[in-house]
Amino acid sequence: MAVTGFVLVSFIIVHLLGNSSVFVGADGINAYAEHLHALGPVVWIFRLVMLAVFALHIIFGIQLTLENRAARPIDYNQKKNIRTSFGAETMIYTGLVILAFVVYHLLHFTMHVTNPEISVGVLPADALGRADVFTMVVLSFQKFFVSLVYAGAMVAVLLHLSHGVQSLFQTLGCLGANTLPVMEKIGRAAAIVIFVGFISIPVSILLGLIKV
Amino acid sequence: MNLTLYVWRQNGPEDKGKLEQYEAKNVSPDSSFLEMLDEVNQELIEHGVEPIEFDNDCREGICGTCGCVVNGIPHGPQEKTTACQLHMRQFKDGDSLTLEPWRAKAFPVIKDLAVDRTALDKIIQAGGYTSAYTGEVGEANQTLISKPDADYAMDAAECIGCGACVAACPNGSAMLFTSAKVAQLAVLPQGQIEAAERVKNMTEAMLNAGFGNCTNHYECQAACPKGVSVKFIAKLNREYIKALPK
Ligand code: HEM
Ligand code: SF4
Ligand code: FES
Repeated sequence: MAVTGFVLVSFIIVHLLGNSSVFVGADGINAYAEHLHALGPVVWIFRLVMLAVFALHIIFGIQLTLENRAARPIDYNQKKNIRTSFGAETMIYTGLVILAFVVYHLLHFTMHVTNPEISVGVLPADALGRADVFTMVVLSFQKFFVSLVYAGAMVAVLLHLSHGVQSLFQTLGCLGANTLPVMEKIGRAAAIVIFVGFISIPVSILLGLIKV
Repeated sequence: MNLTLYVWRQNGPEDKGKLEQYEAKNVSPDSSFLEMLDEVNQELIEHGVEPIEFDNDCREGICGTCGCVVNGIPHGPQEKTTACQLHMRQFKDGDSLTLEPWRAKAFPVIKDLAVDRTALDKIIQAGGYTSAYTGEVGEANQTLISKPDADYAMDAAECIGCGACVAACPNGSAMLFTSAKVAQLAVLPQGQIEAAERVKNMTEAMLNAGFGNCTNHYECQAACPKGVSVKFIAKLNREYIKALPK
C-alpha cells in the first residue's frame, strides 16, 4: 500500500506541475503535451508502469479493507473513535471514487470518448501546428458539469491524501514520536495544496480567467 | 449516584448474546468501576440472576486482565487508565453506560464481558524470547545498554497485554501490542540474535490469529491504558523491512 501510494502521490504531484502549464496559456500546455508525446515509447512504458502500480494499489486496498472488516465480525453497539479522522475512515470509498474518476478522466482527455466534438484531433491544430490541448481543456471546463465532476473527484483526493500521506511514511517506518505529528500536518497541507492546485484550473476557466 | 447499565450478556461462545438493562443504585463516587460491578452482581445474585462475568485480577492496573468497552471506549473515558483503576467519579449521577466485550475475531467471547485472549499469547510464543548464555552467572555489567535504549525498551515493556488496542482499532489489529513486544527486544543487545526471525514470526502469528492490518488510525495509542506509543509500530515496520532480505 505504502509503496504504491508513494508512487501515486509522486505521480499526482508531477501531473499537477505539468498541468499548471495551462496558466501559461496555449504555448505552455501545448508545448508540454508535445514534449510528452515526443518521448514515444517512453510514454508507453510510463503508462504501463503507472497502470500496474494503480492496479496493485486498488487490489491491495480492496483486499486490506475486506481482511480488516473480517477481523471484527460482530460490531460494537457503541464505538467512539478518539484519534482517527474522517479521511482515514473513508479511504476505500474515496479510493473507489478516485478510480471511477480516473476512468472518466482517461475517457475524456486521453481517449476523447466523452466530449469528442471538442477534443484534440477534431479541433484544428494551434498556430504552430501542435495538437491544441489548451483549447480542449478550456472548452471542456467551460461546461459546468464537467468542472463539477472534476471538483468532486478532487475532494475525494483531498480526503484520501489527508490520511494517506502521513500513513505511508508511518508504514515505511520513517516516523517517530516527534516526527509523526509534524508529518500529519505536512500530509494535510500537501493534500490541501494538491486539491487547490488541481481545482484552480477548472475554477479559473469557469471564472473566465483563462479563455481561448 | 445512580446509573443505568446496558451490559452485553452472552452465555457462552456459541450464544448470540444481547444487551440487558440493569440499574446500579447508590454507587459511591469513590468506588472503582469494578467495585461498582461487584455491587451490581451482588444484587443480581440476591435476585437469583446469573452475575455478570468480567475479567479481573490485580485491580491495580498492572496485570492487564481487566477491561471492557465502556460507552464505546476500551477501559472507559479516562486516559491511560485500566478499567480497574477507573473511578466512578468519572461519571455523573444518572449516566447510562453501555458495557461491551472487546470485539475482534481473534478474541472470541467466553462469557458476557470476558474474552479469550490466547491469540496474544500465540504472538508472544512466536518470538517474545531471547537466547541466553547458561552456566556461570555473568558479570553484572558485562552487557552495557545505553540509557536511551534502556528507556526505550522500558517504554515498550509498559504494555500489560490487555488487548484494549485491538478493541479500539477499527481494523481489529494487534499491531500496537506486537510492535511493543518486537521493539522492546529489538533495541537490546540480548534481542539481536533472533531479531529478524522474531519480527517475521510475530507478525505472521498476528495475521494467522485473525487480527486485522494496521492502517494508521492511531486509535490504539489513544485507548492504551499505558500510553504505549505508535512510534513502536514504525519501529516494527523498520525491523520488518530490515528482515526482508534475511
Ligand atoms: C491517484 C490516486 C491515488 C493516490 C495518490 C493514493 C494514495 C494513497 C496513499 C498515499 C495511501 C497510504 C498508503 C499507506 O499508508 O500505506 C493510500 C491508501 C489506500 N488507498 Fe489509495 N491512492 C489513490 C487511489 C486509490 C484508489 C483508486 C483506491 C481504490 C480502491 C485506493 C484505495 C486505498 C486504500 C483502501 C488505502 C488503504 C486504507 C488506509 O490506509 O486506511 N486508493 N492511498
Ligand atoms: S499496547 Fe496498550 S492497549 Fe495494547 S495490549 Fe499493551 S497495554 Fe493493552
Ligand atoms: S485487573 Fe489487573 S490491570 Fe485491571
